Amino acid sequence: MPDLLLELFSEEIPARMQRRAAEDLLRLVTDALVERGFVYEGTKAYATPRRLALHIVGLPVKGQDVREERKGPRVGAPEAAVQGFLKSAGLSSLDEATIVTDPKKGEFYVALIERPGRATEDVLAEIIPAIIRTFPWPKSMRSGAASTEAGALRWVRPLKSILCTFGPETEEPEVVRFSVDGIASGDVTHGHRFMAPGAIKVRRFDDYAPSLERARVVLDANRRRDIILHDAKDLAFAQGLELVEDEGLLEEVAGLVEWPVVLMGSFDEAFLEIPPEVIRTTIRANQKCFVLRQPDSLPLEGRARVGVSAPDSSAVGSRTPTSNSSPQGGGEPVALSNKFLLVSNLVASDGGATIIGGNERVVRARLSDAKFFWETDQKVRLEDRLEKLKSIVFHEKLGTQYERVERIAALAKELAPIVGADPDLAERAARLAKADLVAEMVGEFPELQGLMGRYYATLQGEHPSVAAAAEEHYKPLGPSDRVPSDPVSVAVALADKIDTLVGFWAIDEKPTGSKDPYALRRAALGVIWLALENELRFELYGACASALRILTAQGRAGEDDPVKAELILLDLVQGFFFDRLEVSLRDRGVRHDLINAVNGAILSWLWDDLFMIVRRVEALGRFLDTDDGANLLTGYRRAANILRIEEKKDGRAYADAPNRQIIEERGAPEEKRLMATLEQAAEQSREYVKAEDFEGAMRALSALRTPVDDFFDKVTVNAEDSELRENRLRLLNAIRETMHNVADFSRIAG
Amino acid sequence: MTSEPAHMNPARSFQGLILTLQRYWAEQGCVILQPYDMEMGAGTFHPATTLRALGPRPWRAAYAQPSRRPKDGRYGENPNRLQHYYQFQVILKPNPPDIQDLYVKSLEAIGIDTALHDIRFVEDDWESPTLGAWGLGWECWCDGMEVSQFTYFQQVAGFECSPVAGELTYGLERLAMYLQGVESIYDLNFNGLEGDRKVTYGEIFKQAEQEFSRHNFEYADTEMLFRHFRDAEAACRKYLADGEPKEGANDNRHLMALPAYDQAIKASHVFNLLDARGVISVTERQSYILRVRELAKACGAAWLRTEGGGEVA
Repeated sequence: MPDLLLELFSEEIPARMQRRAAEDLLRLVTDALVERGFVYEGTKAYATPRRLALHIVGLPVKGQDVREERKGPRVGAPEAAVQGFLKSAGLSSLDEATIVTDPKKGEFYVALIERPGRATEDVLAEIIPAIIRTFPWPKSMRSGAASTEAGALRWVRPLKSILCTFGPETEEPEVVRFSVDGIASGDVTHGHRFMAPGAIKVRRFDDYAPSLERARVVLDANRRRDIILHDAKDLAFAQGLELVEDEGLLEEVAGLVEWPVVLMGSFDEAFLEIPPEVIRTTIRANQKCFVLRQPDSLPLEGRARVGVSAPDSSAVGSRTPTSNSSPQGGGEPVALSNKFLLVSNLVASDGGATIIGGNERVVRARLSDAKFFWETDQKVRLEDRLEKLKSIVFHEKLGTQYERVERIAALAKELAPIVGADPDLAERAARLAKADLVAEMVGEFPELQGLMGRYYATLQGEHPSVAAAAEEHYKPLGPSDRVPSDPVSVAVALADKIDTLVGFWAIDEKPTGSKDPYALRRAALGVIWLALENELRFELYGACASALRILTAQGRAGEDDPVKAELILLDLVQGFFFDRLEVSLRDRGVRHDLINAVNGAILSWLWDDLFMIVRRVEALGRFLDTDDGANLLTGYRRAANILRIEEKKDGRAYADAPNRQIIEERGAPEEKRLMATLEQAAEQSREYVKAEDFEGAMRALSALRTPVDDFFDKVTVNAEDSELRENRLRLLNAIRETMHNVADFSRIAG
Repeated sequence: MTSEPAHMNPARSFQGLILTLQRYWAEQGCVILQPYDMEMGAGTFHPATTLRALGPRPWRAAYAQPSRRPKDGRYGENPNRLQHYYQFQVILKPNPPDIQDLYVKSLEAIGIDTALHDIRFVEDDWESPTLGAWGLGWECWCDGMEVSQFTYFQQVAGFECSPVAGELTYGLERLAMYLQGVESIYDLNFNGLEGDRKVTYGEIFKQAEQEFSRHNFEYADTEMLFRHFRDAEAACRKYLADGEPKEGANDNRHLMALPAYDQAIKASHVFNLLDARGVISVTERQSYILRVRELAKACGAAWLRTEGGGEVA
């Protein structure tokens, strides 16, 4: 069966858009074909900086014939209805329609429409121009003289030519003829912009790809990636070095060349004084080059090398971080090499010497800038930079970065004892944590925020925990990000996130739907992960209340009215945080209904201790997996059902405690036993919950299983004696209440 | 070209580079203009680009434009940064279909051999908040160095460009440094001569960089500048109002779009000076940019009602 080859040749397509565009082209063309009843055997799309290409294999030469019956008006219908029918069915007179008799509707006209399948070429000539005209580029533009016309073509950059052929393998394929804004489809493409710019006549994909290859164009982006990666590793290996792999950069660079040529350059070893992350960021951002490291040195992430002696850890405070997994000064430096790899688009006549020389010049200039920033930044102490934060607005209603730092510092100091950090250290860390925002290096490379703060803090002799917090307080940024464990970092990270959340809640700028411009969901999740991973015990509500108090005291935003303040905090803690907790626990595979059940049980005294909640959910899950748990749940449901029905019938609640006297005087033995067990279970479970022994609380409840079962077996709740009946309903209510003290069992699914 | 003396070689002479580009673009049918006689942040502000990009009339021009970026001053100490430098600006409206090839050939004209050098077009979309303008294009790389910006203007002064113009901006100093193989702007050979008759970029401009850096960062009279900003803004609005056709005239053309636009250019530069002096807070900054944009938009609207903007009586 025949193949389709389509190529849209243009000026340079942004690298970040190429892959998606190829996928869109494939999807749009195949969808349009399928919609018209066409099937095909296979398909693949390609992108280079200058072209999108689509190959569809095994497409029939014509579409399927269509037979359709169209029902018309009844015989003798008004003329207008008849005319409308003829027109829509494409008939010239009623003679061409048949008359059908229906027992209910009588006689009416039916048109038999037979459409032979259309030639595939015609269909392609119709759908492809429409797809080109409405192509979903993230950004598109008009160009040239045609740009004045209404409905002028918009493409990502000027579209230069269209190649479109269709035909069987054995014959000469035909050009599918159409035109878009004066660009007529044809069978010609062009090779590499500089190495083979001439026109190439193409028949079908089988000769298209090899012709391009000869004309120095590697059509397949994945192959370009493989070539770059392979050659880069080879070149590195030949020098006894290792490539610092960079997925994002590889993808981008593969979209910047049609014919990748990897070359190695170098820079002055003196630049290796600059932190390796800075070298890599500089070379990557400006030059799109790869850096190399000495073999067996650790990967760059999570390491911070400091070029001076270890900081004076006796400077301030007393606590030593318990588990500081991130390295500090004095450790083995990351051995970056002074070589780098660039990917050019040219097999140069001098073997690439000029290209390497040019790139080295730029790298040198950039590294000189970076070295200058690195050196000048060190001349100003972080605390002396704070003044500058006064001129940076964090948010119109929440004040400057300076004011924000003041708040975070106050809050971090308050939270410090909760997380086991020294309050003064936490306050100092918070005060310095944002100072690097106004350092030259961060101004140039915003992505180095935090990391530079850590370097500079270490260099000016701050306590290691203070330095670490400058970097770590931003974490965790996502589910896979490392959660800080140094108490000082934890205090600042919590304070930073809680201050942000409370601030935006106070000015009523909450996330809505997909809009979360201040990443508040991420902040809330960050608080949750910090609490869970570090097994922190703290009252979230209380922490948020402190943040709101601190904010209000600044006089800019906040809430003086205690009632309104409570509403804000409840909405944040009970609503938003709870939703986030649910989401994050669900992601960990925790049952949704169990979370709800636990939350239901603690509504009364404020949901405020994340770690405790999780432990409680886990205990509940284990309990329900036991026989006792499962049976008790059944008993609970029975009790709850009877109560619900009877309360509804009587139009009243049976919330009072059971009357012990009635039970003792007139109750059944099972009733007496249940009453006694209930009293014991209620007291014990309350004690256990108070002591946060949730396993114990569950055990206490499990004592109820047999008495509850026996009660239902032997005792009639709806007794003739109305006093007995009421008391038994109260007893059922007591079962419910007792169990709700531990978890709201009504929310458990099953 | 073969008869040209060696000191005119664009690879040896800064002025030779400018002259070569002028000659090349003149051959492509551009009018070669001289710099606009006002201080501006980029060649794009020249009315030959901003205003001529608006309206239906075809237009091809090229010129070198001194560009003032007060904040970029480094007291003559940074080898790569200046508060006053040159841009070479080309505008082709509508953009011809072969504009990319024309650009590549201009590089060849100044001595960049495309069999040796790696020329690349890397995504770089352009937006000027003060001009209410945007376009799509690239930064053009030569061996990893950005040597030009290439933009297809889509909107200027808030108006759709119809037809679209192609704009090329060459960073002349950077290009010349590469061609001449020097590491500091100040070492550029300006006139291409050697020995006693050689004049360097530093000899001409280093003192100015030092003095203007002092001025821009430390001494520029901010009170006066605030006043100048207000004055320019008011003057721009006044000329726009004064240039409206008299009531009852059956000619809708605007009569003073160009003088009004001069005041917008002035306001923009004054704002840049105030910004360099650090007397504009972050929040105010946005509102100043907005005020300049409003001027630029109003001037664009007026220009479209002039002969140059395509309006006929």
